[in-house]
Amino acid sequence: MRRTAILIMSLLVASLVLFLLLRLLPGDPAAALLSVGADQAQIEAARAQVGSDLPIAKQFASFLADMFRLDLGTSFVNNASVLDEIGARLTVTIPLALIGFMLSMMIAVPLGIISGVNTDRWYAQVISVISQVGLAVPAFWMGILLVLVFSIKLGWLPSGGYPASGWDKPGSVLTSLVLPAITIALIIAASQLRYVRSATLDVLGSDYMRTARAMGASFPEAFMRHGLPNGSIPVISILGIELSTAFLGAVVIERVFTLPGLGSMLLTAIEQRDYPNIQGVLMISTLLVLIVGFLADVLQRIIDPRLRQSKGLMQ
Amino acid sequence: MTTFGVSNLVALLRAAAVSAAAIYAGGTASAADYDPGAMITVGSMAEPLTFDSSIGVQGIQQAFYGNVYEALFQLTDAGDVVKQLARDFTISEDRKTYTFTLQPDVLFHSGEPLTAADVKFSIERIRAEESKSARKRSLSSITSIETPDDSTVVITISEPSISLPYNLSYIFIVNDSAGDLSSTADGTGPYYLDSFRRGASVVLKPFADYWGDAPTNGGVTFSYFSDPTAMNNALLTGAIDISTEVGSPDALLQFANNPNFTIAEGTSTSREVFSLNVSVEPFSDKRVRKAISRAINKPRLLNAVWGDHGTLIGSFVPPTDPWFVDLNAVDAYDPESAKALMEEAGYKDGFKMQLETPNVEPHQIVAQILQRDLAEIGIDLSINLITPNEWFTKVYKARDFQGTLITHVNHRDIGFYGNPDFYFGYNNPEVVKLIADSETMATEAEQIEKLTQANKLIAEDAAGVWLFLNPIILVSSSNVTGYPRNALNSQFFAYDIKKAK
Repeated sequence: MRRTAILIMSLLVASLVLFLLLRLLPGDPAAALLSVGADQAQIEAARAQVGSDLPIAKQFASFLADMFRLDLGTSFVNNASVLDEIGARLTVTIPLALIGFMLSMMIAVPLGIISGVNTDRWYAQVISVISQVGLAVPAFWMGILLVLVFSIKLGWLPSGGYPASGWDKPGSVLTSLVLPAITIALIIAASQLRYVRSATLDVLGSDYMRTARAMGASFPEAFMRHGLPNGSIPVISILGIELSTAFLGAVVIERVFTLPGLGSMLLTAIEQRDYPNIQGVLMISTLLVLIVGFLADVLQRIIDPRLRQSKGLMQ
Repeated sequence: MTTFGVSNLVALLRAAAVSAAAIYAGGTASAADYDPGAMITVGSMAEPLTFDSSIGVQGIQQAFYGNVYEALFQLTDAGDVVKQLARDFTISEDRKTYTFTLQPDVLFHSGEPLTAADVKFSIERIRAEESKSARKRSLSSITSIETPDDSTVVITISEPSISLPYNLSYIFIVNDSAGDLSSTADGTGPYYLDSFRRGASVVLKPFADYWGDAPTNGGVTFSYFSDPTAMNNALLTGAIDISTEVGSPDALLQFANNPNFTIAEGTSTSREVFSLNVSVEPFSDKRVRKAISRAINKPRLLNAVWGDHGTLIGSFVPPTDPWFVDLNAVDAYDPESAKALMEEAGYKDGFKMQLETPNVEPHQIVAQILQRDLAEIGIDLSINLITPNEWFTKVYKARDFQGTLITHVNHRDIGFYGNPDFYFGYNNPEVVKLIADSETMATEAEQIEKLTQANKLIAEDAAGVWLFLNPIILVSSSNVTGYPRNALNSQFFAYDIKKAK
């Protein structure tokens, strides 16, 4: 419970900071409704419509009131419900983050364990070097590289874009998500691999592994029965954070691949100073991070009986 | 009563270059060669954030004008004004009453018939108190709109206005019972809005009960990009059929000499303008403005930005406007006389000035070249990068600037210089009068004469520095033909596009 309270508090603080920062930035949401040729009276009318003519304190009061009513409002530019729009965008961002995350685990977990178990082998060194390189490569650059190779040169996958039919045709959606998901996977796998490797090293040096081997268990037996469950506990708490990273990575990668997800919604909203959309995206993203953290907590307790016994599920 | 045919409205004076450019692109696919059911995918950088045309946002014009919505008149790709939903019209002797007869049997996409009441409603929503349309001012002379019967609209204006039909070509005729049009559409065009996904695409499908000729394709998808490289990649991989914008001449290299692609260059109305705030010192001094204009090597600038593409025009008026004249000779590049003018104005040692530069290309490259050229006459130009939204707030609304770079995209917009309240801060009573008078002229020839004169005065005054006309370069897959290439006002008629079988 304490953890949830902290996250809600940070959501609140983040929204307030964002509110003030947005209004300190030069620019006016009314401009999104106007174009060159509009006269001063029209500009004032547009400001009145979006409320940017009101004193900051008044805008702040109405913002707070909406927050407490959990009302995300409607876009300044097109009157569309912010919540509906976020819902539509999440059908892109959530699958993208989840697929990217699962791919990254498929890369990081086996490679991390291999390089942890066989530290002195040449391939462990190679894996370690590759993960270092992966950490240093910016996500967007990786994306551009993959497009060059797999779309432009080989023509296997689309270079970007999202089918107009959406999930009505799951096949074409998945095709459009492959390259962006691989981009995300490669970037976060690099750091995940390092966590898995160090957890493996900890496990190998632990007393229970030595005891298990002393009692006659073979190495694979001991590792599968005692090493993996113990090693996965710290890894899961890190994975919770990594899933949030995948989610944030999706926001950046969407721009490279022209995907209509939460990230492109946020960038357009910032360009237009469309405050309701910006605030809505921030709140929902924070909520998602909160849920991921909570799930990671639950999973840890399921795996680790010590946590289950000593404390309640909701701490 | 005088009956005006189409030809009276059509500007006859037009630069030869334009007539040459204003033809439709590509080869001629004969009827048997194309697939009438083919969907055409058009790549664009201008996503409409709202579909409501009473809010002035660029992308609406591109996707919706002529495709989903029609007007009483249409501005063609060649820059002519032709009758569309107005089948005919008459003008009274005093030229203050226009009587329009509507095309019969026109249906909205919702199935309701077009009536005079819809036309009245559509014009009035742009004129309304709360209208944010940039076109509101152009309709201010209207005093009444009557609808004596379902197919007749009578518009009365306070003083003769030769541009009324032209101005009406901007007003989308919408169904008066459609309600909020920000995320839906109900027009009379050859396509209806089938679906859209914000941030990605708008899908238009042929309207079976369209009153005119059916489209030569099975629909069009506008696919939106935020980055020209991503759009070019999509064309290279066949994800789109046409790219409506090529960001730089370098990007063309990957399509040139490739038989799979066609490159079409048209004439645009998009001008790179270096505006000086004429209402503040030292830019209120004409000699300073002329010195700045003469210090800039415009041919070299255009070449640096666009290579062999684009056009130097020497004034604010694009070549598709009937009152275009080549004014490149006025204040052409001449650094020596620029220095002399600076000295004469009392700025022998130059001065410092700030340039408000939107953080999108080509403005950033242009700003750096201007910085170098102006340093030659002692002007220390500092570049202030701002977002387009900030530009609107700081420069357009508050007029808090010395110099600014911006792209002006409208067709026939010389009137901005006749409005002393506009952000240019330019106020020459002679120009204001010429522009106001041109509107009351009885013939197009007289209107053109007045506006040509105004254009020359504006250029002589160096009321701005008109750097160049951006080229409009479309690249398409070579099996696609029949698309418009000039993109006046960013419009893009999709109904004649054909895709080979």
